[in-house]
Amino acid sequence: MSGKAATSDSAASGALPPPLLEAIGLTKRFGALVANDHVSLAIRAGETHALLGENGAGKSTLVKMMCGLLQADSGELRFAGEPVVFPDPAASRARGIGVVFQHFALFDALTVVENVALGLAAPGKLPALAARIEDCVHRYGLEVEPYRRVGELSVGERQRVEIVRCLLGDPRVLILDEPTSVLTPDESESLFRTVDLLTAEGRAVLFISHKLDEVRRLCQRATVLRGGKFIAEVDPRRESSASLARLMVGAEVPRTPRVTTHELGEPRLLIKNLTLKGDGSRGSALHAINLEIRAGEIVGIAGVAGNGQTALFEALSGERLGEDAEAIVIDRTPAGALGPTARRALKAGFVPEERLGHAAAPDMRLSDNVLLTTHGDGRIVRQGIVRHSVLNAMFAEIVRRFDVRFGGKDPKARRLSGGNLQKFVIGREVLREPVLLVVDQPTWGVDAAAAGFIRTTLRQKAAEGCAVLVISQDLDELLEFTDRIAVMSEGRLTQPVPVEETSREAIGLAMGGAHGAPAQEDADAA
Amino acid sequence: MPLKLERQENVPLAGLVAAPFVALAFTLVVGAAMFLAMGHDPVEAFRIYFIDPLGDAYTLQELVVKACPLLLIGVGLAFCYRANRWNIGAEGQYCAGALLGSWLALATHGTGAGPWVMPAMLVLGALGGAAYGLIPAFLRVRFGASEILTSLMLVYVAELFLDYLVRGPWRDPAGFNFPQSVTFDPVATMPLLLDEGRLHGGIVIALIVVVAATFVLGRTLIGFSIELGGSAPRAAAFAGFDERRVTYGVFAVSGALAGLAGIIEVAGPIGNMQPSISPGYGFTAIIAAMLGRLHPVGILVSSFVLALTYIGGEAAQISLRMPFDVTRVFQGTLLIAILAADVLVRYRIRRVEGVRHA
Amino acid sequence: MLDTVMIGAVLASVVAAATTLLIASLGELVAERAGTLNLGVEGMMIIGAAVGYATAYSSGSLLLGTLAAVLAGVALSLVFAVLTVWLAANQVASGLATTILGLGLAGLIGSPFVGTRIDAAPELLVPGLTDLPIIGKAVFGQDAFVYASVALLVLVTWGLARTRTGLVIRAVGESHVAAHALGHPVRRIRTLAVMFGGACAGLAGAQLSLAYTPFWASDMTAGRGWIALALVVFSAWKPLWLLAGAYLFGAVSILQLHVQGFGLGIPSQLLSSLPYLATVAALVLISALKRGQGAPASLGVPFVPDR
Repeated sequence: MSGKAATSDSAASGALPPPLLEAIGLTKRFGALVANDHVSLAIRAGETHALLGENGAGKSTLVKMMCGLLQADSGELRFAGEPVVFPDPAASRARGIGVVFQHFALFDALTVVENVALGLAAPGKLPALAARIEDCVHRYGLEVEPYRRVGELSVGERQRVEIVRCLLGDPRVLILDEPTSVLTPDESESLFRTVDLLTAEGRAVLFISHKLDEVRRLCQRATVLRGGKFIAEVDPRRESSASLARLMVGAEVPRTPRVTTHELGEPRLLIKNLTLKGDGSRGSALHAINLEIRAGEIVGIAGVAGNGQTALFEALSGERLGEDAEAIVIDRTPAGALGPTARRALKAGFVPEERLGHAAAPDMRLSDNVLLTTHGDGRIVRQGIVRHSVLNAMFAEIVRRFDVRFGGKDPKARRLSGGNLQKFVIGREVLREPVLLVVDQPTWGVDAAAAGFIRTTLRQKAAEGCAVLVISQDLDELLEFTDRIAVMSEGRLTQPVPVEETSREAIGLAMGGAHGAPAQEDADAA
Repeated sequence: MPLKLERQENVPLAGLVAAPFVALAFTLVVGAAMFLAMGHDPVEAFRIYFIDPLGDAYTLQELVVKACPLLLIGVGLAFCYRANRWNIGAEGQYCAGALLGSWLALATHGTGAGPWVMPAMLVLGALGGAAYGLIPAFLRVRFGASEILTSLMLVYVAELFLDYLVRGPWRDPAGFNFPQSVTFDPVATMPLLLDEGRLHGGIVIALIVVVAATFVLGRTLIGFSIELGGSAPRAAAFAGFDERRVTYGVFAVSGALAGLAGIIEVAGPIGNMQPSISPGYGFTAIIAAMLGRLHPVGILVSSFVLALTYIGGEAAQISLRMPFDVTRVFQGTLLIAILAADVLVRYRIRRVEGVRHA
Repeated sequence: MLDTVMIGAVLASVVAAATTLLIASLGELVAERAGTLNLGVEGMMIIGAAVGYATAYSSGSLLLGTLAAVLAGVALSLVFAVLTVWLAANQVASGLATTILGLGLAGLIGSPFVGTRIDAAPELLVPGLTDLPIIGKAVFGQDAFVYASVALLVLVTWGLARTRTGLVIRAVGESHVAAHALGHPVRRIRTLAVMFGGACAGLAGAQLSLAYTPFWASDMTAGRGWIALALVVFSAWKPLWLLAGAYLFGAVSILQLHVQGFGLGIPSQLLSSLPYLATVAALVLISALKRGQGAPASLGVPFVPDR
């Protein structure tokens, strides 16, 4: 890999061919918001180019303009030096631009080969297409079976279907939107090998990520966006993760201080042999989960999406009830048979992964959204009647203490940015003075400042004697601010291991599905 | 694509209030075109249809009489539709309520029963409607069957059952073989509010229902759970509200109110059981609920607007020999116009510019 | 001998009743596979019946009447398409509006023709085969609508499963977001699918007023459009199952008529309500067994292209 990187580097310093794909001064407005403000980017043949930026920096908007899903208000796109206009994705595809989206554009009810056919302008007969898929699979090491239904595939396999679909269109530029956020470290490695094969063939890859270590390893060039503006084009190999982060955020990135010495209190959450059957398409199964969390500690659950985290969260919140009332004990009370309201009455707080539609009703006002988890409070609802004055006072306090920012007096939840809505949702639980907090993906899609604030808040609650369970796909986050980490894979959970005694590698191995407690063993061996 | 919809973030209140009026105006334009196409002078037709009924005391009373069932059913449907449960079988629940209530009227006929009969009929009417409404709710909760189709199918079943009763067991033996029951006793009849005309106590009940529904939907946890369940079902489950209970609840309420409307109509303006006891109130009330934006006070206003289309339709039938279907066309157009106007208020249609299509 | 003649006649009328349902539900199936739930089938069907009859009566041409019926169904379906596909209005309410408007317009258009009759669409006989006992007339002695319904069934089954167009329709119904991201014109495809549904409903209406009855009566569809909608659920969105469902319901609705004719003392209203009760039973059964599997994933969800 280093050899190839060197050649592309020398090409870059010598006579430059025109960039394969170039965005010059693209601007895109949505109402009052300027999502992209004169943004420029140039990708050359044979290079892996990173697009860096926080959530909301305008990366997605830029990508959508480059592939014809959106049209720029002003500015210009050039392909191989020639101005182009993409009125729709088909036009960009015809030019040789392929995109693998973060949220896959796949159809669960259809087979792999049908999914691939839908992405090609002239797919031909399906059996012949299946043969071409097999061919591509072998060439680039992307394992997929053409006739399986996509709905049955794992996240990693689904991503490979997307990539195969792109490659069959023989793209000269391949855009990968946050490809590793859903992969295990192992799967990421194999993706990187595929990317290297592609650039070696003279294709260009645009790699969108906020994982700086990966970018520094894989990419020869990086464009940094912030607040919809072009900030810099740098060589990531010559930068440190810290300097890249500074460019992205525009300030020093705060690290959440970990309190390493503290007294642990009594167990607040006991999960004993929790088992749930899967119910078809949604909700995967859980197999004999055991976990104990004490007052004052933060336990993290790592794992790739779709391995049962949502089922575990819903089992804890009371949205999915199992058969055994004793399987979940909250603050000494068996809670396995209790619904969400009764569990909240035990002073448990829950923050789901999906903010819009699960944690909050998108089309209801924020003040009404306060009621979602506080209606059991006798001050707010008395004899079935909602006391709006008390509710509004609580709403005002959440907004003030958790620095929730929005336009207007009391907007609908859907109008808030990810970070502000997350601060609202977490504030709503924290103000209830919980003894147990279960948080799924605390900082997913949240800007760095808000993410830092949220982590600090959770840390502080733990210090005050709350037990905190954090489910996250972001391993770096878990390593940064939790005390113990367990790994979830295919509905099973490893025993949690103190953060100091484990490593990325050990956790990565467990995420790949090596059961038992390998994280522990590895740590012991090391 | 030269046009696109853009969601407006701040919908002005004025726009929300204006939308139903825009829809009405659009409906009138379509109506004028229809009258022209049928060879009538639109001005003359509109006068007969919409203006004349408002000018005389008798038809004003009729307006209230016609608005009463629409209002009761419409308020009930607002519970369902806010919860995103599509009960379109109110017509059947109306029949079921009328049937159960009438049973008491016929059972006590000629027995000299006291003044308890009418109140008991109202209770039975509400119970009958609620029970009938709970069938699609049960089938949805228990088996996952679409409440849209089951509630509608049950309309036909209820109408046929009613038809069977008035032609068979309930037929008045002294009624010259006409398919109708005996006329209800005075104790089994809705009291009249005025000496002349048909204005009855039903409207008082309907107004009480409006006040109660406004309070329940706007101020109570139950109202909140209905709204939340319809707006974001997963968030409602997270909040701890049982989706099944909400489904049963809203169907019970809307069925009860439809049943109440049914028995009030039979014991009021009609006075006995007949094969046909509704000119489609159960369906028109759907429009009333939508036009009134699922708010009881809004539905109060919209019920009168729709009642006017009934009265006007009857007038036009007599003086212009227009088929009664004109009323249905008005009502259908009105519903279409409301749906479109709602969207146009919430979204803005914008020309997409700045991109040349290559 | 009399019995075989009579059974033959009963079978033939079952076929006629089933054909209405089959044609209408095939159209709705395509619309639903593209992700739009059009509750306006009843309205589109009855306006097809009214316009078809009025045209055929006035012009004397059944073919012209049929064409007019199809066009009327398409025109009304466009109202629904504009509301739901282009304005992203609620599909349930829009479908109801379409039905109410269709019933009203059909009543207006049909009112001058109440009480008239025309000659029914002729049977297309196949020499030799039509004379087969019992099934001869049912299979080979039918009018063009019946043959058209079978052709339509083949077309829809094959088209959805085997053609690129079918694949795109299924994709749009499965996930409009993904289809949009891949550059498929979601709204155009949905509009066309709804129009196909409208055309089929109009055709079914024409069959009703030009071949089955053949006359015009107000509200003559009597809920057949709704039953067609239920059949689509019953079929789990698979065209071949529509065939079974349509004939099952055709049989129920004809047999109850014949039972009424025997005068067994069962109230006729109870028998008349059988098709509706059977619909409820079928919906419950299929929902309990399948729990919504087979339903297109974005059925009924409005699509607004994001920014």
